[in-house]
Amino acid sequence: MVEEDYTQTELLACVAAKMLEDNKSAFVGTGLPMIAAMLAQRTHAPGLLIIFEAGGIGPQVPVLPISVGDSRTFYRAVAASSMHDVMAAGQAGHIDYGFLGAAMIDPYGNINTTLIGDPDHPRVRLPGSGGGNDVGSFCWRTILIMRQDSRRFRERVDFITTPGHLTGPGARQMAGLPEGEGPYRVITQLGVYGFDAETKRLALLALHPGVTVQQTQENSGFEIITPDHVPTTSPPTPEERRLLREIDPTGMAIGR
Amino acid sequence: MRVIEEGKGELVGWHDPDENRRWIREHKSHALIDKRTSLQEAVSSFVHDGDFIAFGGFGHIRVSMASIYEIIRQHKRDLILAGKTAVHDADILIGSGCVSKIEVAYAFGHEMRGLSPASRRIVERGECQVIAEISNAGYQWRFLAGMLGVPFMPCRNLLGTDTLRHSSAKVVEDPYTGKPICLVPAAFPDVAIMHVHRCDKHGNSQIDGTVVEDFELSRAARRVIVTTEEIIEEDVIRSAPDRTIIPFYVVDAVVEVPCGSHPCEMPYLYFFDEEHIAEWLDLSRTDEGLRAYLDKYVYGVTGFEEYLDLVGGSEKLNYLKEVENYRAPMRAPWLDRKAKK
Repeated sequence: MVEEDYTQTELLACVAAKMLEDNKSAFVGTGLPMIAAMLAQRTHAPGLLIIFEAGGIGPQVPVLPISVGDSRTFYRAVAASSMHDVMAAGQAGHIDYGFLGAAMIDPYGNINTTLIGDPDHPRVRLPGSGGGNDVGSFCWRTILIMRQDSRRFRERVDFITTPGHLTGPGARQMAGLPEGEGPYRVITQLGVYGFDAETKRLALLALHPGVTVQQTQENSGFEIITPDHVPTTSPPTPEERRLLREIDPTGMAIGR
Repeated sequence: MRVIEEGKGELVGWHDPDENRRWIREHKSHALIDKRTSLQEAVSSFVHDGDFIAFGGFGHIRVSMASIYEIIRQHKRDLILAGKTAVHDADILIGSGCVSKIEVAYAFGHEMRGLSPASRRIVERGECQVIAEISNAGYQWRFLAGMLGVPFMPCRNLLGTDTLRHSSAKVVEDPYTGKPICLVPAAFPDVAIMHVHRCDKHGNSQIDGTVVEDFELSRAARRVIVTTEEIIEEDVIRSAPDRTIIPFYVVDAVVEVPCGSHPCEMPYLYFFDEEHIAEWLDLSRTDEGLRAYLDKYVYGVTGFEEYLDLVGGSEKLNYLKEVENYRAPMRAPWLDRKAKK
């Protein structure tokens, strides 16, 4: 990798922020997804409608919240409502982007945040779905931000907590999930991935500066579909980095 | 309706809605009576060993921590906990040995602060059993079905996942569209405990900020204890009836407990006590540390007022008020450690 004056976390936040469109709605999880949504709101997408699962709708988030339910998530919001209200909005089709973190993922974008090992006798117990399954089920486009290595990118995950494309094309619809939606992008410290239109398997879209195709493959437990020409993401600008410090002054998600 | 798939999770808190209607008719009062009582009395009257119990609020926000300490102090056993974004409440209740089963939407984590050492250890040892998985919306809608007095709620999440296969939900063919649809069973908790900003002596309650699941949960639960920052006159309720989130007839006990959510946040009033939460996260790494925490902060005090003195008294509480209102920076030991990594 080349010498950089930015951190991986800053890069991830900036790449993720650019995916969010102005005047669209985004259901946002704890940590990096929050940072990315707040950065988008302060740059190209001032009209981004941020929605939090505990009921915060359209806040002008002052500083990074610790939780998706604390009072920062409804600061100068258009509504402080309820979980029922925002989840219903998602199910009805109001939420364009869902923004999640993940512990483990398979080639179809199915996520595990429940356990490691045998489901009946897990070796490690993780927190579970939370709102993850709901976001993955309801939002038109789900964006995942996670760390990539071969233990996290697995041909099969131990437990499918949140639906991706399940077993491939048409599987979501067969299961009864709302039509025309699903995982859209996966952002890792190595690059950005989408899903192949025919197979619904993970496909490389862009590499971060200094990263090689080989590295993306070495850090995956399954084969990633790779095109002949892969573009490179743009590194964070000084202005973006300044904004990230403003959003997260204590370095809670972005580091110090 | 054709059943396509059934989750193998244990069904808890479900009743035939007719049975629940009869229960309500026999046990709930529609008279405006004074329900003020002590925390000790409320918990001993309405929380029983083996109960299916749910708490209001969300994660570390607006949780009736005072009642949780009282439940631990009274050595309640074999509770079945609704793990609906249960964070600090679940961690300390499971850590104290009060809970033998939990249905999990979100538990064993403290969001950005990391995983819960105590409850994870106890669950991984098998001393508390995860009996079913669900999602946040799934749990929310179990309470909605309970509140509506219907046996289940159709919804379009959980489908196609192991979360469904380990839940108590079923998938059926929807008679209208012919597509598969998920049915989450109604939940009627034996008891729900929520902390509110203010209520009158009858239990009519106002909540500032997001109500999360409290609207549905308070109406679905058979017994409801409301702890409140302050008790206000009935006239205040009647002068702004649109602000009532929980109506008196679902409430069984009212307890005034200022700062009753500590160390959790109370929106607009006080912020998370990150120093105290960090102390819990540190100590609860070992069984000995966990016992030391409980001995000091739960068993070692007579009640919540003494606990508040122990955690830093009015100086600490004023500081948390300042942080909540953006007038002072947050002090968070877990954050300092995270930043050093």
